[in-house]
Amino acid sequence: MSELQSKEEARKSFDKMAKDIVRPMQNHFGLNAWVFTLFLILSLFGYAWFLQLRDGLGVTGLHDYTSWGMYIANFVFFVAAALVGMLITAVLGLSGVKWITPISRIAEIIAVSFAMIAGLVIVFDMGRPDRVLNIFFHGRLQSPIVWDITVVTIYTIISMLLLLLPLIPDMNIIKKRLPKASNMQLKMYNILSLGWMGTPEQYKIIHKSIRVLSILIIPVALAIHTVTSWLFASTLRHGWDSTIFGPYFVSGAFVSGVAAVIIAMYVFRTSYKLQDYLTDFHFDKIAKLLVLVSLVYFYFNINEFLVPAYKMKSGDDHHILALFVGEWAVLFWFAQIFGNFVPIVLLLFKKMRKPGPMMIIATLAILGAWAKRFIIVVPTQLNPHLPIQNVPDSFHVYTPTGPEIAITIGTIGMALTIITILAKIFPVIPIWEVAEEKGIDREIINE
Amino acid sequence: MRYAMTMDIKKCVGCSDCVVACQTENNVPIGFCRDWIVENVDGTYPNLELEIRSERCNHCDDTPCVRTCPTGASHVIEGGIVKVTPIECIGCGACIQACPYDARYFHPDGYVDKCTFCDHRVTKGQDTACVSVCPTKSLAFGDLDDPNSPVSILLRERKWKVNAPEAGTKPQVYFLT
Repeated sequence: MSELQSKEEARKSFDKMAKDIVRPMQNHFGLNAWVFTLFLILSLFGYAWFLQLRDGLGVTGLHDYTSWGMYIANFVFFVAAALVGMLITAVLGLSGVKWITPISRIAEIIAVSFAMIAGLVIVFDMGRPDRVLNIFFHGRLQSPIVWDITVVTIYTIISMLLLLLPLIPDMNIIKKRLPKASNMQLKMYNILSLGWMGTPEQYKIIHKSIRVLSILIIPVALAIHTVTSWLFASTLRHGWDSTIFGPYFVSGAFVSGVAAVIIAMYVFRTSYKLQDYLTDFHFDKIAKLLVLVSLVYFYFNINEFLVPAYKMKSGDDHHILALFVGEWAVLFWFAQIFGNFVPIVLLLFKKMRKPGPMMIIATLAILGAWAKRFIIVVPTQLNPHLPIQNVPDSFHVYTPTGPEIAITIGTIGMALTIITILAKIFPVIPIWEVAEEKGIDREIINE
Repeated sequence: MRYAMTMDIKKCVGCSDCVVACQTENNVPIGFCRDWIVENVDGTYPNLELEIRSERCNHCDDTPCVRTCPTGASHVIEGGIVKVTPIECIGCGACIQACPYDARYFHPDGYVDKCTFCDHRVTKGQDTACVSVCPTKSLAFGDLDDPNSPVSILLRERKWKVNAPEAGTKPQVYFLT
């Protein structure tokens, strides 16, 4: 008797949970305004890109000295934030951390959308985007650019699989619970659920494949950001000529990625009303994770700046002074303070580890992370190894132009669009995994 | 065969004839150049020394730019000349970052362009454009494997240096001091 009752209760709680998670996929206050904003950003981007395709890279502020500017900084930022998918699903998931269960899908959505756009951003920086396929036709193995394109593609594919595989049981759940879904949408859910019935064998296969992919993605994720750092570190330029660039970039990537996940968690929690699933407990845990990764990043920052600043080798001295007290000081200290010190210090206090304050801290950390990428890419190029004399004065400054800024904002808009679409057609919380964690019977989940 | 160039610092007057000759010969777009003049002042007044150099791509033996090129548009041809095939270049800019001498630039048509040691002239046995116009004969061009070429003779008889030897690129433009 009591078993039956508890079963009844479990069914009720599962129904409520599925309803809560599926509901925002169908009616969502403020969606139209948000889509309209995205549409405006993307149209502006379209016009700017048209200008750039018609007139070439001349419409940007890039010139002889700074031939990699805002676009490459933006690319590094996207690759960095995409790494969080690996950190949360693979590293924490494999080590059996429980609190990541409701967050893992948000992390994967961010990873997929950011990795996809990262590949695209490179194309905007090319002088001849029409020849992008030459990389595949004439690719040469010794070029870091080829390594980068290869690993970014592989990472995007594995991340996509890691997003879609745990969706299979959820597809089965939601295809019965979406009354207003169009036929097309139902058909898509049907295909993506891959005939899921919840047999023990299917559970075994899905757990095993998620496990294999989680292991595979770790080296690939480390590779994408390490190779990205090698694009810089393999040249003889002050500020890039560093042996710790790989781990330095990876540790920085975790900071911006975790900050991005916190922002997404906050937005989904408030606009999708998921307070019962993304609880204060989860925010508290991920805040501690942000402190941890920021501390690691802090350690690499000290390594990266203290050693050359102690020696003040000629050439490096220009660069270090320009960053610390020179023309880049404001941006540099903004990036260091908000992208690194502030998360460490503030999130140590329990009062700050609440959704509201964390949203502000994470937003500042993301802005700092973007500024930091700009600081890594641009100032180095303004101090070449052998400065040529009598170059125009304009060579010594780099100011991004309107089309350049519009395209950069457009790429961020594109990533947000992909996140919006994914969060609209898929549940942002893995229903079956959360239900299993609550101890709800597999029978109920799959019926 | 190994083409090289020598540049006599003692003779150069910094007239920029070589720059203009190159721009004309190679149809370099306005506002860009493949070779350039550097004037270095050493010492403190009144003991000043002025060094004027005409610089260009060093056509290095060990080429970081060719190594980093993703498509093979940057390549080395016979004689050690480093060249870019415009139609294969995707304009990623990796070679520009890799060159310690800043010898490469973005052509307005979206590809990367640089000094070719006037390979279209030297294969016909002519000097490069910059060498042939130099009014003080401070520039010389030739084959290092030929002991009687002008550069071989000058490098035997004179003291010389190269730019940024610390880059490890083994540059092939020698400055006679």
